[in-house]
Amino acid sequence: MTENISPSRLSSQALPGVERRHRKEQIFRRLGLGAILTSLLFLMFFLALIVARGHGAFLETVILVDYHFDHETLDIDQAVSQNDLANANYRSVIRAAMRELAPEVSGRSARRDLYGILGAGTEYDLRDLIIAQPSLLGTTAGIWTPSSDEFHLFHRNGGDRASRQSTRLSPLQIELYAELDNAGRIKTRFNWTFLSSGDSRDPEQAGVWGAVKGSILTLGICFLLSFGVGTLAAIYLEEFASKNWVMRVLEVNINNLAAVPSITYGLLGLAVFLNFFGLPRSAALVGGLVLFLMTLPTIIISSRVALQAVPPSIREAALAVGASRVQTVFHHVAPLALPGMLTGSIIGMARALGETAPLLMIGMVAFIVDPPSGVLDPSSALPVQVYLWAESPERAFAEKTAGAIMVLLVFLITMNLAAILLRRKFEKRW
Amino acid sequence: MGRTHKFVRMLKLVSVAALVSGANQAWAGDEIRIVGSSTVFPFATVVAERFGRTSSFGTPVVESTGSGSGFRLFCSGVGDDTPDATNSSRAIMASEIELCRANGVTDIVEVKIGFDGIVLANSRRAEQFELTTAQIFLALAKTVPVDGQLVANPFTNWRQISANLPDQEIVVFGPPPTSGTRDSFVELVMETGGQTLGITDGTSLATMREDGRFVEAGENDNLIVQKLNADPDALGIFGFSFLDQNGDKIQGSAINGFDPSFENIADGLYAVSRPLYFYVKRAHLDLTPGLGDYVAEFISDTATGDEGYLSDRGLIPLAGAERAAMVGAVADFRAAAF
Repeated sequence: MTENISPSRLSSQALPGVERRHRKEQIFRRLGLGAILTSLLFLMFFLALIVARGHGAFLETVILVDYHFDHETLDIDQAVSQNDLANANYRSVIRAAMRELAPEVSGRSARRDLYGILGAGTEYDLRDLIIAQPSLLGTTAGIWTPSSDEFHLFHRNGGDRASRQSTRLSPLQIELYAELDNAGRIKTRFNWTFLSSGDSRDPEQAGVWGAVKGSILTLGICFLLSFGVGTLAAIYLEEFASKNWVMRVLEVNINNLAAVPSITYGLLGLAVFLNFFGLPRSAALVGGLVLFLMTLPTIIISSRVALQAVPPSIREAALAVGASRVQTVFHHVAPLALPGMLTGSIIGMARALGETAPLLMIGMVAFIVDPPSGVLDPSSALPVQVYLWAESPERAFAEKTAGAIMVLLVFLITMNLAAILLRRKFEKRW
Repeated sequence: MGRTHKFVRMLKLVSVAALVSGANQAWAGDEIRIVGSSTVFPFATVVAERFGRTSSFGTPVVESTGSGSGFRLFCSGVGDDTPDATNSSRAIMASEIELCRANGVTDIVEVKIGFDGIVLANSRRAEQFELTTAQIFLALAKTVPVDGQLVANPFTNWRQISANLPDQEIVVFGPPPTSGTRDSFVELVMETGGQTLGITDGTSLATMREDGRFVEAGENDNLIVQKLNADPDALGIFGFSFLDQNGDKIQGSAINGFDPSFENIADGLYAVSRPLYFYVKRAHLDLTPGLGDYVAEFISDTATGDEGYLSDRGLIPLAGAERAAMVGAVADFRAAAF
């Protein structure tokens, strides 16, 4: 007769303490899962908050206004030149159209309120429209015109009693809102201006394109320089340099540089690139150079790690069949380490993308309306734009700030995605 | 083998692109460059944008560096690589004029553009405060006179300072010492308030309390406004334009009997306001195309007049006569350059 032994008794007898170890493993797994869930939760919360606040930046409130582009109101002759069109009196066209929209409004300050529901840039929008389509002259055209920022916020908040509590619109403007809304003359549409134009002090005219372009130029220069210099430095240090005390000192210094506060690089850039080399202030070129210095140590370190990960057998095999050391490195080792080097560089770039402190010293924290057309033009960058809008008194900029953060995040995700795709393309497993 | 060539090709591409981006570019340095005060920044940028749209010149580039750093850059010399103008929330100091002179910047003109009020505000959900500068001093100074002796500030509730004030804990959010708003607040409120209490020692007049009742809330005035919204028992110190933009949620405290309204600041009745300026180099009128027109736009009726677009943004215009004198001075300044 055999004794019936339960499995648990068997294991506890056979392997003393196994239950305790299982329990420990369980606890560790749960803690790990908890840590990931917590960080995911915070990330989701952050993203949800930004999207909830910022999605309004991608929308604009427009009002249907019928403009009469007759020569008399525009104050131009029948035979007009391009120059006349640029200097015509669009303000009176707007005012006439608005008076027609609300004929009952009279009195100086009431009229001011009436004109105030349209965006500040309307004049210039109409000017550009007429210059592009002179055939509109002498006709009446109904045009969906962007409203002022306060009007937009009021509409976004629902235009009801609750939003009346917190608006800077005058009682007359609120009345006009109700009237226009009933007549179907108000709608919300996608705000292309936000993506296509430069900075502005009027929230309804402000866009991120100038800042995006500035960031692209700055990071482009930063990437070209830091990838080139960083990988070459890493290859030399890892594959060619003899391991003596000079190299050890150098190595310690590179590691230290990676931890230097970023504003220090701004000061360095101010002293070297602006004051000594006389490069222009606020230029993307200088921004790129400063960020290059900042990311270089990070890229050298990550590139060296990538080179170390290439198995020594590859080097030995190449040397064994008679390759020189340069051939070994450039034909065999470096291509295998490339995915790792690229990943390291792009992580360095991602850090550079979010920096404002070094840019402050070289004059890139500035109000710049015209998007830069070259690396020597004054330009700002996305994080700078976020910072400037967050400081602005106009309330509608709060929405734009969150919107710009969304654009920054998309930029970041695109860069990381590029890193993953490049790694996939070049990666080799053994 | 294909892979290795790809890598070499890529390296070549990188080095060529680096060379091209460094060369081949024209030096673009003829736009108007302005630096200086972060208080004037929101106004100067509006003028710059309008100027860029309506004139044939490019939009001026405006940097927010703070008044002091602005003068350091402005006074660093004459030429393309120095700013054409600097904004300031205070008049230029003798030491700065000296610095300018040492670097060859001899002929500069001062343009006064208007006033900025500094307000002490709280949430509309709470009672409005009516304060005197002496009461503010008692609430916020590090040391205050009690029975003729200077002692560490013992006040924790506004009611302890005066029976007329609300029964509320003293909590005030304000700007850090690096801010121009803080300098002006100390000068206009703390120092005058302390002097009416008979204090003459400069350090006692200028030192804010550090026991957590006065909270340095950072340079961002929007943040202070948000904090006031969340905490009806707190007060905050910031520029008038932020009160103007958030008038539905917060209210300014009356100081020495006057509300911080647009009219009261313009008439000089509200005590806590300061003039704003910008400074221009005469030598740059010839050097930088459009600079004279920019100055003229800034001082024009449509910008800084009584109903100008800057008054919509919270800038308090100069009184009629002073403005007329300023317009005349600018006209003389422009005429003398040619």
